[in-house]
Amino acid sequence: METLFDQELVVINMGLEDFAKTLKERGTRVMHVRWQPPAQGDADLLSLLDKLK
Amino acid sequence: MSKIDQANKEAVDKMMKSRPVWVDIGRAKDVIPGMKDNLFLHAGPPITWDRMSGPLKGAIIGGLIYEGKAKDEREAEELAASGEIEFAPCHHHNAVGPMAGVTTPSQMVFIIEDKEWGGNTFSNMNEGYGKVLRYGAYDDEVLNRLMWLDEVYASVLKEAVKLSGGMDMKSIIAQALHMGDDAHNRNRATTSLFIRTIAPFVVETEWGKKTDYDAPRLDLTNVSEYFGKNKATAAAEVLAFMHSNDLTSLNAIMAACKSMALAAHGVENSTVVTTMARNGTDFGIRVSSTGDKWFTAPANVPDGLYFSGFKSSDANRDIGDSVITETVGVGGFAMAAAPAIVNFIGGSPADAFDATNEMYEITVTENNNFNIPAMDFKGTPTGIDVRKVVEKNIVPRINTGIAHKDPGVGQVGAGIVKPPMEMFIDALKELAK
Repeated sequence: METLFDQELVVINMGLEDFAKTLKERGTRVMHVRWQPPAQGDADLLSLLDKLK
Repeated sequence: MSKIDQANKEAVDKMMKSRPVWVDIGRAKDVIPGMKDNLFLHAGPPITWDRMSGPLKGAIIGGLIYEGKAKDEREAEELAASGEIEFAPCHHHNAVGPMAGVTTPSQMVFIIEDKEWGGNTFSNMNEGYGKVLRYGAYDDEVLNRLMWLDEVYASVLKEAVKLSGGMDMKSIIAQALHMGDDAHNRNRATTSLFIRTIAPFVVETEWGKKTDYDAPRLDLTNVSEYFGKNKATAAAEVLAFMHSNDLTSLNAIMAACKSMALAAHGVENSTVVTTMARNGTDFGIRVSSTGDKWFTAPANVPDGLYFSGFKSSDANRDIGDSVITETVGVGGFAMAAAPAIVNFIGGSPADAFDATNEMYEITVTENNNFNIPAMDFKGTPTGIDVRKVVEKNIVPRINTGIAHKDPGVGQVGAGIVKPPMEMFIDALKELAK
């Protein structure tokens, strides 16, 4: 951990793409993963999806 | 595999096995089941006259004048509001129509037969670019062109397709995806193949040999210059018109896609979307296992590039049945096959690949008929699963033309539009009952 910031930073960003964009603009190597909570975290929809498995 | 996954596999297998072949052309009231003299078909889910958007109202007005039921705009509006004319979605009659999608009783329509599952689907003739009925224009130029299309163009093509023995539409789509088309917004390859296939038979038709006929003639400058004004054969005029219009094949392609979507409809427990369509006011979907029920929400305004002199505030809400292409795995779902399309709708070629890749997230399978050379011939994402749309919060990707919000103006641009998520949530609730 102590040596982490002595190395080139390579970032995997999940979710909000703006974080990846900002790092990329500063020259950091970034891999963005598009991810959202299932059904936007809506409990009612998740229970419907559960019924339809 | 769960019973829903099995049902979805069955639905999509049926979709991909469908074999739509263009076999004939006929008059709508003679060949479309349930069509009658006072019935006008339109794109999208059901809608009443008072809720119709500008372009759809314009197309209805034009259709009433074209049919001789009204002599001018005022009479047509009164008649449309009177209740004497019935309106129904094209989809309720196994038909589809681009943009306003208005199909009148006298119009000639492509007849596509499903050689695998039986049954016919239909779409009218494509009018080309500029001021056209499907964008709500209805001046003399529009109505004369419609007359020529129905009386000359359709007569020649009807005879030609009979001579040819039919045209395999799935083969045309599959080849066109290898030539840079998405089979929705870019139709240059599709139409080239369509013309190449039918041309030898067009020149052999008896109708096509006529140089003198009783219908308004089109002003096809290149033909007039070569043959002399009004001296060309109907066949030469038909081929010149087809060549002038990259959208020549679109309506027949859409009817073929309708055939594939229809094959997937009615599978018990399936959560696959079998209809997506817009009427300029509402977007609607139907799902394989929920019968004829529409799930609707207000249509969005497309985001895209505008022709010179137009801007986003001129745009109508999303309109047309052409999203039947995405429903069966082409169009916006096959964007990676058509990177040149970004010139037309904005973005970069990389965006085209992103669009296709994202659609694998919400679909059941990779198509075994349609594939993308630049993705190692991977099959296009096919069979939209309502569950995945809601779970992933990703809506289908749709490429579309943009209509002016006022009747009579026409197309003002092209772009991308997002269907409203509410429809998919409503469908999910119904499926879970």
